[in-house]
Amino acid sequence: MDILIYGTINSIALALMALGFALVYGISRVPNFAHGAIYVLSGFITWTLLNSFGVPYALSILITMVLIGILGAVLYQFVLIRVRGMAISEIIASYAIGLAILEGLRWGGFKGMSYTLPVFIEGSVIVVGIPVDYQRMVVVGLGILIVVVLWAFTHFTRIGLALRGMAQDERAALMLGIDSDIMALVSMAIGAMLAGLAGAVLLPLGNIVVESGYNVLILAIAVCIVGGLGSWVGAVLAAFLIGFAQILTVVYLGSHYQMVVALLAIILTLILRPSGLFGMQKELEERV
Amino acid sequence: MSEQPILEAREVTKAFGGILALNRVSFDVFPGEILGIIGPNGSGKTTLVNCITSFVKLTSGTIRFKGTDITRKPAHKIADMGITRTFQIMRPYYSLPAYKNLVIPLFSPRAKRTGGWRGGGKLGDRNTVGIDILEEIGFERDSYVPYKMASALPTGYLKRLELARCLALKPELILCDEVFSGLSMSEIASMVPLIERLQMDGITLIMIEHRLRELFRVANRVMVLNFGEKLVEGTPDEVMADKSVKEAYFGSEEVEEVMTYA
Amino acid sequence: MGNGNTEQRRRERLDRGIKVRSDGLYALMSWRELAYLIVPRLVLIVGLLVLPLVMPGAYWQRVITIVCIYALLALSFDFLAHYLGLVCLGGAFFVGVGGYIAAMFNSSLSLPPLLTVPVATILGAVICTLLLLPCLPLRGVYFAIVTLMYPLVLARIIEALDIFGGTDGIMGVDSFANQWLEQYAVISLVLLFLFGTRRLVNVDLGLVFRAVKDNDQAVRASGMNISFYKAIAVFVASAMGCLGGACLVHIYMWAGISLFALDFSILPIAATVIGGAGTLVGPVLGCIILVPISELLREFGTLRIVFYSLILVGFVVFRSEGLMVYGERKYHQFQRWVKV
Repeated sequence: MDILIYGTINSIALALMALGFALVYGISRVPNFAHGAIYVLSGFITWTLLNSFGVPYALSILITMVLIGILGAVLYQFVLIRVRGMAISEIIASYAIGLAILEGLRWGGFKGMSYTLPVFIEGSVIVVGIPVDYQRMVVVGLGILIVVVLWAFTHFTRIGLALRGMAQDERAALMLGIDSDIMALVSMAIGAMLAGLAGAVLLPLGNIVVESGYNVLILAIAVCIVGGLGSWVGAVLAAFLIGFAQILTVVYLGSHYQMVVALLAIILTLILRPSGLFGMQKELEERV
Repeated sequence: MSEQPILEAREVTKAFGGILALNRVSFDVFPGEILGIIGPNGSGKTTLVNCITSFVKLTSGTIRFKGTDITRKPAHKIADMGITRTFQIMRPYYSLPAYKNLVIPLFSPRAKRTGGWRGGGKLGDRNTVGIDILEEIGFERDSYVPYKMASALPTGYLKRLELARCLALKPELILCDEVFSGLSMSEIASMVPLIERLQMDGITLIMIEHRLRELFRVANRVMVLNFGEKLVEGTPDEVMADKSVKEAYFGSEEVEEVMTYA
Repeated sequence: MGNGNTEQRRRERLDRGIKVRSDGLYALMSWRELAYLIVPRLVLIVGLLVLPLVMPGAYWQRVITIVCIYALLALSFDFLAHYLGLVCLGGAFFVGVGGYIAAMFNSSLSLPPLLTVPVATILGAVICTLLLLPCLPLRGVYFAIVTLMYPLVLARIIEALDIFGGTDGIMGVDSFANQWLEQYAVISLVLLFLFGTRRLVNVDLGLVFRAVKDNDQAVRASGMNISFYKAIAVFVASAMGCLGGACLVHIYMWAGISLFALDFSILPIAATVIGGAGTLVGPVLGCIILVPISELLREFGTLRIVFYSLILVGFVVFRSEGLMVYGERKYHQFQRWVKV
């Protein structure tokens, strides 16, 4: 039973981490290797606002979201837009930005165990005999909320529909009068905000450490590959697959193997079904 | 025709999502002939080529080449057996000179076995063999053209380069995906004898075309596809006379006018 | 810029006459042409060979050795990225695998460095190639992702399972017999691999590699198994990386998790981009510039990585051609303004 509950929580946490990456790749085909860095950065911004400037917690999270959204947009507008479509440059540029952020944070003194965010609500609740603290309930609730909101956003709003159109075929979308650069900018901002949001709710569960930036990036990528690059539905499903696989390995093999699960998941997917569970890429483009 | 077909396609079906790009298409190709495949845009012609050469996987159906089932073979194995193709959107190696483009197919296991086009089982220097092939296909040997970067070549030469790349493998069957399209009338006029010469050299060809006039001149038989289904198959004259083809291909009204033009 | 005149003028670049003539077989027609071809190469070779002699003190001589090891990594990155289109974000993966193998053979079987280095190179390359095999049939970002993951995951596995010495690493690895041997071994290896890869990309096999990058579908249609050729190239590139790792272990006399450190992944990429991507000489040049700077900045710790990353972003985003491409152009062509 606890496997089920912890598995679900872990899966939703993974989905939160991965959605931003999946969204950006799905819409603008830019693999955002700075994703993990943005996640950690949002934690540190919130921490700084909270502890150095004495901004109330809720407000500081809000400010962080806005700042991170702007950061995403700026990154797109000034860096990624210049290398779009050039696979090698896209990867190198976004990865280098991520590295610069993470290692910059490390150099700036954000290391060690001293950086923690308070949980939103103290205490815990008993779910079918297992104590689950409120923060984890928030994670679950927020995860579900985000999926629902994203779904509604992409199905009922103009911008959302435009984004979906672009995800399907950028050229066709261009011809229909959708400005693909603006849309990619929006997607990048939303993707960054999703990463920031994931950071804000997940980081209170532990310390804020720079290393988690790399972990989050790897997990997000693993989830996206298993789910099929560019597919959000696939990403959510894959999050559950990997989430439960991780909890199972932790229970039966030990916590050291968590990363191995992600790596194995990627490799098995590449061997068995390279397009992932819900891959949008056509066979012709993908398998060479 | 009691002859053993070189290529047999049976009930070939390909679905992209819910759309049937090819629906139970069956046909035979006999050694030494030119089979033309025509059909309106989106009727599944290029998909058929991709299916035969295994660039996409069939949903169902079988394809046999000289009696061997090749349905599930990977693309490079199929090319290795002697089925080559040209691409509708030309795909030269842009960063290499034209003759170096042929070094790549000549490096393949099949070319090493056969010695390349005209080769007697022994492959000489790849650059020389490459230039020989290019000369046969219409690149003037003594000019600068074979040494030009592929990115600087005009369309006509690129189409020939596509064919040359097939020839380097000494193929038995070439699938030509719109070799005439995008060429000027004079370029087509010089391309037709080339195709005829390939046939005389014993190569079987499947030609996918929109230029009906030239196709009907060279093809022995023509198959018509419409919305992924085989409409008719027969000699060019039979196909041209067929009422349903006219309707499918040209729309019902302008049939007479267009056919007199073709 | 901005004044009306520029619109009527444009830059014209012309090949120097000597270049036009000496580009092919005519190189040996005169001493002048011979010199035109050989002098730049000679400058590089002699320069590299002389470097250890002119360096003040053991510290800077050691730096030269490190430069050479990074140069091997940068070569391997450049070769994969610009001749096969495979972006390898994990140079540290090759270094780690090669380094650990060399260290283990040395410490447990007590083989001398002269044996462990070749063994680690070949064996490491085989292991790396096998581990990367699943992503070779695929296009796109998969190779970058998987190579990015391997060093991070391997470091974590070693740490968590406490294998191969765990966090302490493998101590007491033999060093090279003497410093001169060490330096000239790595320098000659760099030269060997530099001219080797330059040759490789121009022979028929190398043309196939370049064709795979240009247009993989057409290579497939020519009856060739792309994954096989990619695997060969990955083998060559990972052999260079593993060789670097193996040498490094013998130089530091220690193998540890820091072999999987980010420096080994990111600095070669930065060096390649700065030196001139796709030239193969450029990356070596980039290392000669970047590594000493990086040594000078040692006290800044991880800020160095920020520094490489930002340089990298700058070079990539502004599509800078890199030093070597610029230099080659200046050497082979002259430029003048012509009225249109």
